Amino acid sequence: MNSSSILSITTFVYAAAAFLYIFAWIFKKDFPGKVATWVASVGLAGNISGFILRWIESYQMGIGRAPLSNLYESLVFFALTIALIYLIIEQKYKNRSMGAFILPLAFLVLAYASLSPNISDRIQPLVPALKSNWLIAHVVTCFIGYAAFAIAFGLSIMFILRQRAQTEGSILKRFPEPSVLDELTYQMVMLGFLFLSIGIITGAVWANSAWGRYWGWDPKETWSLITWFVYSTLIHARMMRGWHGKRIAWLSIVGFMAVMFTYFGVNLLPGLHSYGATG
Amino acid sequence: MGKDFLMVKNETSPDPKNRIWMFFASVKLTVALLLTLAITSIIGTVIPQNESPATYINAYGENLYRIFSVLNFFDMYRSWWFQVLIIFLTINVVVCSLERLPKTWKIVSVKVPPFNVDRFRSDKGKVDFQSQRSVQTLRQAFEPFICKKFSYCRVEETDKGVFLFGEKGRWTRLGAYIVHVSIIFLLVGALIGSIYGFEGFVNIPEGETVNRIRLRNTNEIYPLDFEIRCDQFSVSFYESGTPKEYRSALTILEEGNSVLQKDIIVNDPLSYNGINIFQSSYGSLPSESLTLSISSREAEFGFNVIKETKIGEPVELPDDKGTVVIKDYTNSAQFGGRSIGEAFIGELTPREGEPVQVILPLRFPNFDRMRQGDFIIAVQDYEKKFYTGLQVAYDPGVPVVYLGFIVMILGCFITFFISHQRICIEIIRAGNNSRVMVAGSANKNKLGMQQKIKRISEKLQGMSQVNSPTT
Repeated sequence: MNSSSILSITTFVYAAAAFLYIFAWIFKKDFPGKVATWVASVGLAGNISGFILRWIESYQMGIGRAPLSNLYESLVFFALTIALIYLIIEQKYKNRSMGAFILPLAFLVLAYASLSPNISDRIQPLVPALKSNWLIAHVVTCFIGYAAFAIAFGLSIMFILRQRAQTEGSILKRFPEPSVLDELTYQMVMLGFLFLSIGIITGAVWANSAWGRYWGWDPKETWSLITWFVYSTLIHARMMRGWHGKRIAWLSIVGFMAVMFTYFGVNLLPGLHSYGATG
Repeated sequence: MGKDFLMVKNETSPDPKNRIWMFFASVKLTVALLLTLAITSIIGTVIPQNESPATYINAYGENLYRIFSVLNFFDMYRSWWFQVLIIFLTINVVVCSLERLPKTWKIVSVKVPPFNVDRFRSDKGKVDFQSQRSVQTLRQAFEPFICKKFSYCRVEETDKGVFLFGEKGRWTRLGAYIVHVSIIFLLVGALIGSIYGFEGFVNIPEGETVNRIRLRNTNEIYPLDFEIRCDQFSVSFYESGTPKEYRSALTILEEGNSVLQKDIIVNDPLSYNGINIFQSSYGSLPSESLTLSISSREAEFGFNVIKETKIGEPVELPDDKGTVVIKDYTNSAQFGGRSIGEAFIGELTPREGEPVQVILPLRFPNFDRMRQGDFIIAVQDYEKKFYTGLQVAYDPGVPVVYLGFIVMILGCFITFFISHQRICIEIIRAGNNSRVMVAGSANKNKLGMQQKIKRISEKLQGMSQVNSPTT
């Protein structure tokens, strides 16, 4: 069995976990929730082994590089980070309703990688520009940041729904308290912001060692900076102006839109970061 | 969101200096600037930057071109209004920090941290429990534990019992200032680079030496105080045909003497006197000599003559039909408005009649057939020679920028994840027993602190069992 098939199977495991989380949340059952945690953990294990196996396969093919250099590989790593951070939060905060909103993200990301006909899962050797030790540091930190922002996005949507919950028996009341969702969103935004900053910085250092300039206003660079500005607005509004709740949730949603554009949308624009494009 | 959010609070101070200060000290301004920068930055990612006017007029039409041109949208990140936004943000960062630092410093530099007992008592996350042990026994049990967990601790005796206070991370309140200092480093570093640095490029054919480069932004020629020689350039490919490595063997010469030799590849530049030389592109040049194949149009009277020649050297055509001379080589010949790649350009002069131009693209050996002449001329072979395209950059601001990077990562980490945590334990006599209250507070991650208080109080409860050891 090769890494691609393991990752395809993992896609369905994530789908099952997402389904179980949603089922447990809607029908207020604990047992499916517990099963969901196990299934999600199995999915994460599959995701990690697929990632590692792909690394090994590249050595067997005589290419020998970290699996972090094209759209397929970045999506695999993105799903891995989302699932990993989610399971840590679940352990810490003991609430599985969050899984109903976050595990589907991990599923969608991996489904896009495995099932989209436009994305090649072939292991290809690195083009000269990507042969650098900064590649791993840059991609890993960026995607930890993206994953944290993705989770903040899921939590923000939960917050907005939770606030609208009026009736006592509503399934939305099974969500964590709004204050907990709000605080968790902010925690995730801070984690994402730290890693986005490190991601931009490692990218800048790399660009300086490859092209002799640490910043060139290339569309991907600029969009990562736009994302940084949006989250930096959120953090200042919260720390200094005491913004809470709905406004923070909406800013976090806008921020995640910027993340998505940085990740996918930029490929539609001309620039140097074409490695992440489809193909 | 209030409508007045983006407006700066109207300061009624009569002193204009003070009013300017208050304008820049506003966090509303920060938020407004950050959002404005975020939104305007999009423009330059949608409109390709620094293209030729013709390209823009083609894409947007005359009218839009003029509007965009006035607004500097074609070089927006260097435009005056974008620079003004960045300068405003810089002043904002500095003034905000200076405005708030004294207050924070007062809190941070305090020698004996004050504790407000009432606030701890009314804390929602506090934990209460009873113990059969005496106040003093409990105090002796708790004190070393708290003092180990918190860098500062103190005990206060009251007539009812004892308070134990502990805290740590007071200094982390400076985290945001550290981040702001890092922003200043970045901007100062960028400024140094833009004043004293340069960035240019140069193409060097194999075996040749240059001492000048062309600057990227102004297109001016810039002299270097040393020479760069390209000894060799090579490109290798994977089996799939994608490039594997571009490699230039370079020699640095000072007054004709070789002082440094290095092979550079992408991601591994050469550094000399602070000037960095990067592998950036490449191309091929013909050498002087090439081999022409001249064959007859009619296959049945077929002949095929191979002639070696040089650029500018006329070649006699068979049967005394005239001469052909190769005049030039181009990397991208145009035919019918399309690029047909590398080609030699020649001139054919028949014995009788006007000279005609011949284009000999390397990719299409039969191309000359289209000319409908008596002969079909093609380039059979030529000595290929590469030139290497180098990026040459000098940026003395880089160390300052890198320092800013490190400080920013540290500052963000401190600001987000290390908090000023305080704990208050009250032990009160209740007959022969004691009542204990454990409460805490933190300036960030309050959820995390609540959980920490829970954990600590469980430990303390364990210690206050009668059958547990006292220390």
